[in-house]
Amino acid sequence: MNLQSVKTIYLAEMARSLRTVLQSIVSPVVSTSLYFVVFGAAIGSRISEVDGVSYGAFIVPGLIMLMLLTQSVSTASFGIFFPRFSGSIYEILSAPISYLEIVLGFVGAAATKSMILGLIVLGTARLFVPFTIQYPLVMLLFLVLTALTFSLLGFIIGIWADGFEKLQLVPLLVVTPLTFLGGTFYSIDMLPPFWQTVTLLNPVVYLVSGFRWSFYGTGDVSIWASVFMIMAFLGVSLAVVNWIFKTGYRLKP
Amino acid sequence: MTLTFTHPPTATPEDSAAHERTDPGCSPMIQVEQLDKVFEGGFQALKNVSLEIQRGEIFALLGPNGAGKTTLISVICGLARASSGRVKVDGHDTVADYRQARAMIGLVPQELTNEAFTTVWDTVSFSRGLFGKPKNPAHIENVLRALTLWEKRNNRLLTLSGGMKRRVLIAKALAHEPKVLFLDEPTAGVDVELRREMWEVVRQLRDQGVTIILTTHYIEEAEEMADRIGVILRGELVLVKEKAALMRQLGRKELTLHLDHALEQVPAALAGHDLALTEEGHALVYTYDVTRQEQGTGIAGLLADLEATGIRVKDLHTRQSSLEEIFVNLVREKT
Repeated sequence: MNLQSVKTIYLAEMARSLRTVLQSIVSPVVSTSLYFVVFGAAIGSRISEVDGVSYGAFIVPGLIMLMLLTQSVSTASFGIFFPRFSGSIYEILSAPISYLEIVLGFVGAAATKSMILGLIVLGTARLFVPFTIQYPLVMLLFLVLTALTFSLLGFIIGIWADGFEKLQLVPLLVVTPLTFLGGTFYSIDMLPPFWQTVTLLNPVVYLVSGFRWSFYGTGDVSIWASVFMIMAFLGVSLAVVNWIFKTGYRLKP
Repeated sequence: MTLTFTHPPTATPEDSAAHERTDPGCSPMIQVEQLDKVFEGGFQALKNVSLEIQRGEIFALLGPNGAGKTTLISVICGLARASSGRVKVDGHDTVADYRQARAMIGLVPQELTNEAFTTVWDTVSFSRGLFGKPKNPAHIENVLRALTLWEKRNNRLLTLSGGMKRRVLIAKALAHEPKVLFLDEPTAGVDVELRREMWEVVRQLRDQGVTIILTTHYIEEAEEMADRIGVILRGELVLVKEKAALMRQLGRKELTLHLDHALEQVPAALAGHDLALTEEGHALVYTYDVTRQEQGTGIAGLLADLEATGIRVKDLHTRQSSLEEIFVNLVREKT
């Protein structure tokens, strides 16, 4: 393992986030705070409790998950897309490093950044509503696995995209809608039976539910179903990345 | 400013480039064996290319646009995959032992590809780390000073001129102290002064034992720099020769005789010589082939015949074809 190279890519990617600190860190924190103002204080004041917790506290795990998913995808996709777009990818592809090391550098940095953001959002949320975390280790496990998995998804999108439009396509048209419809702001029990069944087809439901379970010990689906889904996502993402490097898809003619 | 590697690729003076170039026992630095590259869609960019590049030499790869120069470099450096054949760098297979092979290579690409928002220092340091080398600020400083980039080290790349960006790419390629340096059109779009500075840097590297492979459209550059020349046309390597031998063998020489009195036409007594009348009859140009030297250039006979016909010569000079003329003729001949 060429750890020096992995570290170099990792630190360069982290430095990129720091260079754009306003866009990378401040902006997500501001938008999350706005969610709390609108959904927690304004709308939430009209909803008593969901699954035994106050609505403000109920949406905390969902909001962190929303941040985690969108930031993981956008950071990782841009991280690998930009060198492809600028042409500087030549240096990475001609360096004495394995594909695994390239992925570790880029995905590791994207996952780290989104986890840091997730924790910042957690801290920000604590300023608005009181809540406790019943299973902190499970919470951290979900945080890490989700950040890794969706950073891998972002990496795949960054390689697949051949322009800025495609780069935005999946995050905007797939990830964000699935997250909003994945029980971020509501329990699926609140939906009519038909839509409850449809919602179960949304993979993000399992992530939000599992993450919420680590906070309050309750979720829309069983914790094991959530663990299975996140592991399945991770497996599929790893398989696709492996295929990309084996075939040289959009990287090596 | 002299460019020196902290850990010179050639450790001792005895191992100097000149020594290696002339040592027949040395294995080649790069071996390309029967390389084919067919792109998706069927375009064959490389056809059965075999080539050996010796340690410490400057090898110039010439060819028209689209001939396959960049594809060949891309395959050697791991940016493209060969359809068949193989490449070894210092004995290491570029696929099976890619780590060892790539660690020796520095690549300066044709396009100005830079991360616009990073600083010169950061991007050059990044390149060193990417190749697995520990930090060495002294070496980075050395490289930046040699390429007159030291004053710009804290500048973001987007603020640099095209020539400066080109230097940054060279600095990045040198950051990990490579033993082989690929320069793909290194001086494209670079002014004359900077071009000469770059040639000087390349020579210094060669003197330290770095093997250099350059592609160029400036034949003057190959003529100035190269030890050997390879010509690639439509994916085929049609010629590999020592530059001096190439110019000797393919070069035509011209002897211009400035006459005392103008002639209206070449006299019949001189019809046996390949002569042309120029400068409104004031000069005779005799063209001869240096490859026929063993049979004599014919100059002695020509001068004797001139003497016999009473034509008086007040001055003369010779001129050898440039590499550019040789290259143009070769391309014309093969296409």
